Amino acid sequence: MFSPVTLANEVIKLATTTSTENSGLLGALLPKFEAESGYTVQVIATGTGKALKLASQGDVDVVMTHAPDAEAKFIADGFGIEPRGIMENDFVVLGPKNDPAAIKSSKNVTEAFSKIANKPSKFVSRGDNSGTNMKELIIWKAAGITPDFAGYTSVGQGMGKTLLMANELQAYTLTDRGTYIAYKAKLDLNIDFEGGAKLANPYQIMLINPAKYPELNHKGARALSDWFISPATQTMINNYKVQGEQLFKATYKK
Amino acid sequence: MSDGWLVLLQQAFSLLLSFDPHVWAIINISFSVSFVALLITIIPSIILGFILAFSHFRGRWVVTNLVQTLQSIPTVVIGLLVYLLLTRNGVLGDLKWLFTQKGMILGQMLICAPVLIALSQAAFSSVDRRAWETSRTLGASWIHAVWTLCRELRVPLLLAIVAGFSRILTEVGCSMMVGGNIMNVTRNIPTAIALETSKGDFAQAIALGLVLLILALVLNFILGSLRGKALPRSH
Repeated sequence: MFSPVTLANEVIKLATTTSTENSGLLGALLPKFEAESGYTVQVIATGTGKALKLASQGDVDVVMTHAPDAEAKFIADGFGIEPRGIMENDFVVLGPKNDPAAIKSSKNVTEAFSKIANKPSKFVSRGDNSGTNMKELIIWKAAGITPDFAGYTSVGQGMGKTLLMANELQAYTLTDRGTYIAYKAKLDLNIDFEGGAKLANPYQIMLINPAKYPELNHKGARALSDWFISPATQTMINNYKVQGEQLFKATYKK
Repeated sequence: MSDGWLVLLQQAFSLLLSFDPHVWAIINISFSVSFVALLITIIPSIILGFILAFSHFRGRWVVTNLVQTLQSIPTVVIGLLVYLLLTRNGVLGDLKWLFTQKGMILGQMLICAPVLIALSQAAFSSVDRRAWETSRTLGASWIHAVWTLCRELRVPLLLAIVAGFSRILTEVGCSMMVGGNIMNVTRNIPTAIALETSKGDFAQAIALGLVLLILALVLNFILGSLRGKALPRSH
């Protein structure tokens, strides 16, 4: 395969979260976009915190994350424009098969977390400012708990690594469903709690304010954002399955 | 970079100089884990280095080459090995050492032993065998004679120890894998730098980097002055 050297303006740098990358969704979608548009997309997969930081520093052309509060701030601070909700999946609470803190019967996730803290059971936190980590901290706050009980372990690593650690320690942890499904075969853990509005996990794609960084590839960024909300792509998102399970629900509404 | 690097550097220094408990906890873990690993490894490694230099058992050549090779093996490979040993269904799974300081110490011992063995073997090989034979014929015990040799070779042996220590203090792969970067437990300087960088919090990463940089400077300075002393003197 001989490919001509890509011009700088044909490259789109996309900062996104490890969950979209680890789940294989981008690997399935982006080649189609590249074939249709002629752009090359370079994916920088990191935690939501760093993805937004890269975007606010003008190090990337476009950003796709899943932390509504942090995204609202990113827009309010004037770095991001035109946020579009493109899809969602949900978070689940994984734990040992015997569910030592008996969270299965909880009414909602805050109650489940309270049980874990009061038992106290082992809980592994990503502790890396990722969207998942931010979500977890919001739940602790809602439960009125400062997470410093004996079994609380903050590991500062990506989702996949955190799942493997929770598995080794036979601890509870909060994960997005996508990464869980991708790792399911390796894990000796069950979903001990799921469901409820608090565990919804919406993803947004945002453009970067040209007034702040005029030199970025805004044309390419817009093309990518438009492509993600097109009916064909939204259908592809719904049809993307890992081990027979749908990971993401397309949510773009005009 | 929208944060000016000067501002970052300022923040980094203020973290260090205000004795930010978070930063100093990480520094403390780094040093205590690596120090224990080094202490446990020193004596067996030096004895093994001595045996490789002075005895002629069969297979010595193989062991020597093996040690030389292990010196340059990536630390993540050692990390992987220790991880597989300590994992729940691993050979040593019952120890429950994975993601603990004990596990990290084990990994770091395996990383620094080859360096210590190889360098001490080189030191012992450089020495005149007659000194050894003389002290043995004078009736010195085996241990005593080795001790005499070590005192004779204290500079190159110290160099070996410093080299081993700096290798484990700065390695990230094995600590990350086996220790798991757990806050206040197994988060050491290199893994914390990796984490803070991935979070985009550069000030703390720079502060910790400075600690390693200063340490490297101090160690190099000591090494330099030791080497200066170790130059062959005319008798």
